Amino acid sequence: MDTAVNQTNVNIDNQEGTGITNQYIVVLLGSEFYGIDISNVDNIVRMQNITRVPKSQDYFNGVINLRGEIVSVMSLRKKFKLEDDEFTDKTRIIILKPDHQEPIGVIVDVVEEVVTLEEDLIEKMSSDNRNDKAKYLLGVGKDGERLISLLNIPAVISDDEK
Amino acid sequence: MDVSQYLEIFIDETKEHLQSLNEQLLIIEKEPENTDTINEIFRAAHSLKGMAGTMGYKRMQKLTHQMENVFSEIRNGKMKIDAGMVDVLFQCLDALEEYLDNIQSSADEGTNDNEPILNQLEAILKGEVPATGAAESENIVKEKNDSANSESMGADLTFADFERHAVEDAFEKKMNVYIIKVEVEESCLLKAARAFLVFKSLENVGEIIKSEPSAQDIEDEKFEQTFKICLVTESEMDKVLGIVKNVSEIKDAVGQKIESIEEIGGNKPVEEPVVENKEEKNENTKQKGKKEAGKPEEKGAVKQKNAGKPVVNRSVRVDIEKLDVLMNLVSELIIAKNGLISTSSQNESKSSQSFNEQIEYLERVTTNLHESVMKVRMMPIETVTNKFPRMIRDLTKKLDKKMELYMSGEDTELDRTVIDEIGDPLMHLLRNSADHGLESAEVRAQRGKPEIGTIRLDAYQDGNNVVIEVSDDGNGIDVEGVKNSAISKGTITEEQAESMTDKEIIDLLFKPSFSTAKKVTDISGRGVGLDVVKTKIESLGGDIEVKTQLGEGSTFIIRLPLTLAIIQALMVELGDEKYAISLGSIQTIEDIPVEDVKYVQTKEVIHLRGSVIPLIRLDSVLDIEPKGHPDSLTVVIVKKGDKLAGLVVDRLLGQQEIVIKSLGKYISNSSKIISGATILGNGDVALIIDVNTLI
Repeated sequence: MDTAVNQTNVNIDNQEGTGITNQYIVVLLGSEFYGIDISNVDNIVRMQNITRVPKSQDYFNGVINLRGEIVSVMSLRKKFKLEDDEFTDKTRIIILKPDHQEPIGVIVDVVEEVVTLEEDLIEKMSSDNRNDKAKYLLGVGKDGERLISLLNIPAVISDDEK
Repeated sequence: MDVSQYLEIFIDETKEHLQSLNEQLLIIEKEPENTDTINEIFRAAHSLKGMAGTMGYKRMQKLTHQMENVFSEIRNGKMKIDAGMVDVLFQCLDALEEYLDNIQSSADEGTNDNEPILNQLEAILKGEVPATGAAESENIVKEKNDSANSESMGADLTFADFERHAVEDAFEKKMNVYIIKVEVEESCLLKAARAFLVFKSLENVGEIIKSEPSAQDIEDEKFEQTFKICLVTESEMDKVLGIVKNVSEIKDAVGQKIESIEEIGGNKPVEEPVVENKEEKNENTKQKGKKEAGKPEEKGAVKQKNAGKPVVNRSVRVDIEKLDVLMNLVSELIIAKNGLISTSSQNESKSSQSFNEQIEYLERVTTNLHESVMKVRMMPIETVTNKFPRMIRDLTKKLDKKMELYMSGEDTELDRTVIDEIGDPLMHLLRNSADHGLESAEVRAQRGKPEIGTIRLDAYQDGNNVVIEVSDDGNGIDVEGVKNSAISKGTITEEQAESMTDKEIIDLLFKPSFSTAKKVTDISGRGVGLDVVKTKIESLGGDIEVKTQLGEGSTFIIRLPLTLAIIQALMVELGDEKYAISLGSIQTIEDIPVEDVKYVQTKEVIHLRGSVIPLIRLDSVLDIEPKGHPDSLTVVIVKKGDKLAGLVVDRLLGQQEIVIKSLGKYISNSSKIISGATILGNGDVALIIDVNTLI
């Protein structure tokens, strides 16, 4: 398992220009699998010291120093209103850089692997499905027996409180 | 050749010349007899004309040309400056600015011929000059056209001894010595190449002894439209001139035969077209001037010439982006240095004395390097404020109010990026003061104020901030008026208004909803676009506040950060978190026993050297668990303007040079207490507290 995360930093070729990439990084939050479109991912780093920023949104853990740059880090668990994070040696921060915007980090429990999902294995989110979490999802992918909730990254990193 | 590569330089220099013209005109309006200023104006107008011509902007050239003619008449004492003339000249400058704007946006001067202004200039030229003078001025126009840079022919050619010998030899051999003035067409782009062709073809028929400017300068295109050649040849004058004129893009060539050696080095200039081109002559003219004693009317001009060109700064224009890159590299260096310092303090056993010395050395170098780079980015605020006197002059006429602008601290320096942005807000505030702040002359008289209103713009440095104050001695802000109109507009309710302090009400003026409300403007005398001003200043990391006294005037105080990148900071500890406080705002650090803390209106204060200072518990402001109850408090006394406050911290960690980084756009920082973050030597992130938001 976690072949993709044996090193501390994993740089992933974004395959820019090839159009649609249907490769997803599969991460674990609690017992659920989530998929992040690989084109949004800049980097994966180990959990490190996070500096709290007072008066910020409660789902932000704070900021980290990523090779000289200040990057804000949010907890997906807090954003999805799950139980609080428990940091282990498998906890990772995924640095997202959607559309070459500023990078932002999200904390996940475990990074599992990279999977390729064909279009027909993805079930789009129907619009009437609107529990709290649904607005952050693009759809659900089937990878063998596993169901992977595919994250809508722009929605995840947008500010709820605005 | 493409002139577009010079476009940027052209725009910059034109701006400078226009600015200088504006300033000088303002002076001349007050002191019409100031010859230095007249000369300065003439020079600027002349350079403008030359540059516009070189770049091929015909309309601009035409206008400056006409303007130059007016100045030259004034300079020769044929005209006196009057108010109407200054108005026309100012219009002229505005028209030129318009051309420049067009050029800046589209590299084209536009199609506005500005006929009315040209006609007015023409009228000035004709109207003021007596009948004979009119013809004369016409004449000057013509002559100047083809002598933009010309002087007399041979006289000012300075011959070195060996050159004289060559001429003497030529006379002995009965060869002809000509001095040929060659004029290149104004539209010619490759002047140096044309000149080279002239040289080349002349060398076929004779020997070139001397040229003016020197051959090297001609090759480097260091001449305007004309250059002179001294040629020794057997050919006839007509043939030689024919050869020269055969070279394409040569407008004209005039020759003069030198008959005797006395003629060169010239005690008798052969033709002397226009007096006013004196300054254009290079140093060689000095010699000529001495020998020219025979020409009495020249004397004055020669003397004036020594008023001289302003000393040119030795400078290089650098793209601001390149400086940014440099700045970033310096930042990296400082972070690396901080890393070294923290490693060395961790394993003290390993670190030898020399290692520490080297680190200290590195620290000195990086600090100096940082300062130098910062200084490169700094510009005096003058570059923005120097257009304001003109603006106030125009407003005086437009509003029919008498007012005077006083400025101080124009040499205060700010980061280039701030300078670029601060102009509009300042202009806005000045307009506000002139338009809404100052009362009309009658009202002022009734109130016993001097008839002429005063607007002040003062800039000065205060710690790590630069403060710019715009003040007037006008009506001040009518707090009641603002309150009533805010209620009637529905911005606040009557109950809210009851509980608001005067300051809170004045702050309403900075709310967007107020900006467009004409009615409020009428009642309160303030308001248009203040929200824009505030937004702009805040985006630069600064803040703005107002002090006002009804009937006595108001003062807008803008506070801007001096540097945007690297500061000296005091590191403090709160709980187990580290924070940085800019050293610039720190007054002192005090140890205060708990029992010395007093309460005023349930707020904690301390008495310190005669002043009462409110205490701010940083741990509660920043949501940090308080650390027990110590017997004494470590209080960092900080100041903002003349206000003080005491920040209570758990522990002091020492002074450090820090690199300011933005927190980014995701994490919200609505309270604005945190102005940024920095990376410590051990790689951790510490947040920077913005003291200005706490006081």
